[in-house]
Amino acid sequence: MSVAQASSLNTLRYFESLCVNCGMCLDVCPHAVFEAGPEAVRLAQADACMECGACRRNCPTGAIAVDSGVGCAAALIRAALTGGEPTCGSSGGPNGGGSPGGGGSSCCGGEKPEAPEER
Amino acid sequence: MEQATSVIAWGNRWDHFLARVGVRRTGGHRVKPGLYALGRPTPDSPVFVTANYTLSFDALRSALADRDAYILVLNTRGINVWCAAGKGTFGNGEIATRVRATSLEQVVSHRTLILPQLGAAGVSAEEVKRRTGSDVRYGPVRAADLPGYLKAGQATPEMRRVRFTLADRLVLIPVELVHAILPTAAVAGLLWLTGAKLAAPAVVVAVLAGTALFPALLPWLPTREFSTKGFVLGGLAMLPFATAAVSGGGALWLRLLSALAYLLALPPVTAFLALNFTGATTFTSRTGVKREIATYIPVMAWLAGTGLVAAAATVVARLVVGTP
Repeated sequence: MSVAQASSLNTLRYFESLCVNCGMCLDVCPHAVFEAGPEAVRLAQADACMECGACRRNCPTGAIAVDSGVGCAAALIRAALTGGEPTCGSSGGPNGGGSPGGGGSSCCGGEKPEAPEER
Repeated sequence: MEQATSVIAWGNRWDHFLARVGVRRTGGHRVKPGLYALGRPTPDSPVFVTANYTLSFDALRSALADRDAYILVLNTRGINVWCAAGKGTFGNGEIATRVRATSLEQVVSHRTLILPQLGAAGVSAEEVKRRTGSDVRYGPVRAADLPGYLKAGQATPEMRRVRFTLADRLVLIPVELVHAILPTAAVAGLLWLTGAKLAAPAVVVAVLAGTALFPALLPWLPTREFSTKGFVLGGLAMLPFATAAVSGGGALWLRLLSALAYLLALPPVTAFLALNFTGATTFTSRTGVKREIATYIPVMAWLAGTGLVAAAATVVARLVVGTP
């Protein structure tokens, strides 16, 4: 695999040589991290990546790698204290909100989620 | 198939209000999963996919006013599209299950599903194609942009960007407040009853700063990290209390110690609430939050601990010296 382009602030890695310029990442990224290019997509602002993982899941050639997962501070603190894996909403922590885009917001709904399905 | 309308009735508005103030947050705002007809759709009408959270479903159907379409509601256990996608409940498996359960391929003649863009975090278009034979097209981030998207046949770069406007942030405050209200009232009440007439309101102000002021002022607070933003805001919020403590009665060193207690013990509370708010934003990364936890949770604990020691020392000294 070729040299990855990356950010120091997150786990996003982009392997431009694998890009087939399908533009899927341009469609799914909510922060315009990628930019259209003549031969391949360009990594325009890697630092803006929030690690949602949409680009990785939808890239047909595996040109993008990123560690995504539960990112709620409440869940991560709980995981750090108990030594377990962070899970959303197991105690209905002080956290709530999220995605004004979907017209909704109630991230940690307080219900135990199923394990996210791996691609 | 059930019939849906694009009209948001008063009952829906009441439900939205309850969701926004955190009432029946655990699965209380659900839509029955399945296939809905909006208007009078034909086999050629588009299929929109959404979550079974009332706010998500209502945003979609109201954006499709005067259109004929199908709405495929996935079972995300009453969680919005983006969060459900992050957990995988808005995902390939549920899409395949729901397409099969509703016999969608017998209802429509085409093989295209229009998904909300934020659902992409849980979906692989390739995988959905393989499992259902349907092409996934990602619509805009906001349902309100759907008319423009449908007209142009594609989303503009602006429609693809998630925002976090003042209105987006203000609407989150009630839930933050509701979560903090009980422990805050308990601590402040106890302080008040034991005669700490300045500390009780200080606790309330520190919590209000973290839950209400912080979301409102977020982009204007200095520094990049949420914890340090919270420390700054909490420190400012405690200045009046520290000033009041200094101008109170007793020996100067006692008054200064008391002021120090306010400045050390309570800003970490605001900072902690600020750090927690990362989970409600639209842009913080898991790596960033992990780093902040590792760096600032110990700082918060130490400052708060030192502040509590200072507060206890003040109380003891006052008892010994005999000044109020």
